[in-house]
Amino acid sequence: MSNEEMATVSKLDNEESKAMILLLGLRRGGKSSICKVLFHNMQPLDTLYLESTSNPTMEHFSTLIDLAVMELPGQLNYFEPSYDSEKLFRSVGGLVYVIDSQDEYMNAITNLAMIIEYAYKVNPNINIEVLIHKVDGLSEDFKLDAQRDIMQRTGEELLELGLDGVQVSFYLTSIFDHSIYEAFSRIVQKLIPELSYLENMLDNLIQHSKIEKAFLFDINSKIYVSTDSSPVDIQLYEVCAEFVDVTIDLFDLYKDSHRSDKRASGGETTPYRPRELKNVAQLGNDVIIYLKQMIRGLALVAVIRPNGADAESCLTVADYNVDILKRGLEEIWANARIPAKDAV
Amino acid sequence: MATNNRKKLLLMGRSGSGKSSMRSIIFSNYSAFDTRRLGATIDVEHSHRRFLGNMTLNLWDCGGQDVFMENYFTKQKDHIFQMVQVLIHVFDVESQEVMKDIEIFTRALKQLKHYSPDAKIFVLLHKMDLVQLDKREELFQLMMRKLQETSAEYGFPNLVGFPTSIWDESLYKAWSQIVCSLIPNMATYQANLKELKSVMDACEIILFERSTFLVICSSNAANGERLDPKRFEKISNIMKNFKQSCTKLKSGFRTLVINENIYVSELSSNMVCFIVLNTSDDCQQMVLENIKKAKQFFQ
Repeated sequence: MSNEEMATVSKLDNEESKAMILLLGLRRGGKSSICKVLFHNMQPLDTLYLESTSNPTMEHFSTLIDLAVMELPGQLNYFEPSYDSEKLFRSVGGLVYVIDSQDEYMNAITNLAMIIEYAYKVNPNINIEVLIHKVDGLSEDFKLDAQRDIMQRTGEELLELGLDGVQVSFYLTSIFDHSIYEAFSRIVQKLIPELSYLENMLDNLIQHSKIEKAFLFDINSKIYVSTDSSPVDIQLYEVCAEFVDVTIDLFDLYKDSHRSDKRASGGETTPYRPRELKNVAQLGNDVIIYLKQMIRGLALVAVIRPNGADAESCLTVADYNVDILKRGLEEIWANARIPAKDAV
Repeated sequence: MATNNRKKLLLMGRSGSGKSSMRSIIFSNYSAFDTRRLGATIDVEHSHRRFLGNMTLNLWDCGGQDVFMENYFTKQKDHIFQMVQVLIHVFDVESQEVMKDIEIFTRALKQLKHYSPDAKIFVLLHKMDLVQLDKREELFQLMMRKLQETSAEYGFPNLVGFPTSIWDESLYKAWSQIVCSLIPNMATYQANLKELKSVMDACEIILFERSTFLVICSSNAANGERLDPKRFEKISNIMKNFKQSCTKLKSGFRTLVINENIYVSELSSNMVCFIVLNTSDDCQQMVLENIKKAKQFFQ
C-alpha cells in the first residue's frame, strides 16, 4: 500500500461521520463489477470486460449518511507486515466478502474465516456480510443448496477458530437482477444509526395514507435506505426501482429545453427554479405509483392502492403526509449534523 | 376496403441476421436480452397484429436458411411475393458473405417487381452495435450506396435504409418510420395534433401507438432544435420498459404525470399521447380535462 493510500485511510479514521464498507473476496469474484453496476450505472454485460483491480479503490457514496466503499484487490495478502490492516479494519463499519458461487468456494471460505478472525479481533463491532455471488446461472434448487453448504462450512471454519458467536449474514446476489441492490440496501441500512426512527416514520406514513409499501431510495444508486416494516416483496422493489429510472430519464430529456425556453422568451427575469422531482403514475387497476424527491438525493417511492376510494383524494392525503415526512427527515438530518461539526 | 387495411409485410434476410429478434422486441415485448433464447425460424412464421385499431399488420417472418430461401424464390414465389405492401430486408453488418447477401436481396427484388411492383422497400443494416463507433457512419453510407444502385436497377429507385441494433433505440426509429408509411390518415392526425398543441400551449406533443409504443407523429416534426434528436426513440424505449415493469403489478399503464409538466396518458384504445407543457404552473385538473376532451378527435 502506497503512502497516499495510507493517508486516505488515516484521514478516514479521523472523520467519524463517514462510515466505510470494505469489499473483499478472492480474485475474479466480481467485486469491481458490483461497484460499477451499483454506483456507475454500468450495464451488467459490460462488466465482462473489466480489468483486474490491482490497487485499493474507493467509491464515495453519500445519501442520508456519507459512505465509502473500499474495494481491495483479491490477490492482496492482508497480513503482510507493511500493510496497516489493523487501522483499516478498525475504521470500517461493515465488511462485505464476495464468494463466487459458480467456482470452487472452499478456498474462499478458508480465506473468509481468516479475515473474520482478524477483523473480529481488532474491531468486534464490525458487521460481517457474505455475498454468495453470481447465482444467476444456478437453478432455484441449486441456489438453496449452495447457500446451505456455504453457511454450514463457514460455521465449521469459524467454530474451529473458536469464533462461533460471530454474526454473519448471507445474501444470494447477482448483478443481472435486483438482488445485488437489495443486498446492498440491507448492508447500508445496518450502518445508519437513525434507521429505527426512519422505519417508524414510514410505518406511520403508510398507515395513514392507503400506501401499500414505501421505500426511501437513493436516486443515483437505487439502493433503498429505509422501508416500512412490512416484508419486502422483491417484485415490488423492482417496480419502484424501475420507476425511479423512468422518472429521471424522462425528466432529463426535457430538462434543458425548459431552461432555454425561458431564456428565449426574454421578458421573464425570474431565474429558473429547480422543482422538486415528483412523478405520479396511475395503472389500469387503479394502483398509483408515487415518487417524490426528499432531502439529500433521496426519493420516496410508494405504491398506493385506493381500494375503491377516489384516486385524487388519496393523492392529496398522500401529498400532505409526505410533506410532513419530509419535514421530519429534515429535522433528523439537522440534528445528525451537529455531532459531526463538533468533531471537526 | 377490408383488404386494403390488411398490410402484408415481408421480413427477409439471411439466417442469423436478427429478423425474429426484431419482431419479438417490437411486437411481443421481449427485452433485448430475451432474444438470445430464440431459435431459428422454420419456413415462414406469420403473425397478425392489429395496429391503430383499423389496420392489420400481417408480418411474414421468413426463415433465412438457404434451404428455405431457395424455396421462396422457386416453388413458393407466387405465394410469398403476391400483394406485398412492404419488404423489410435485414442485413447483418458482420456477415462474411456480403455479396451473397446482396444477391439474395436482388432475387427478392426481381420477384417483387413481377408480383407487386408498388411495394415499399426498406433495408435495415442490423447489429450495428458490433461496429466501432467511428466506423458506423462510413460503413452505412458505403452499404447504402451499393444497395441503392441495386434496387434502382429493379425499378425501386427510392430505397430507405436504417442502421439498427437491438441494444439501443435505433430499432424503434426504423420501425416507426416503416409503420408510419402505412398509415393512411396521417395528415388528419398531424392536423389534430397541431390544434391540440396550440390549445394546451404545449412545448411538444408526441403520439404513440399503444401496444408497440412506436411513434406515430409529433407536433413539432422539424423545429425541435433544442431538444434531443433521439428523444422519440428514447421515450419509446423508456415507456416500454415501464410498461413491462407495470406487468409485475398485474396491470397496464394509464397515466403518468412528472412535475405537473410532462403528461403521458391514454388517448384512445390504441394511442398514447406524451405532452410536455411549457410551464409547470397549470392546474392539473385543467390539463387532464383538456386531454379528455381531445380524446374524441383521435378515435
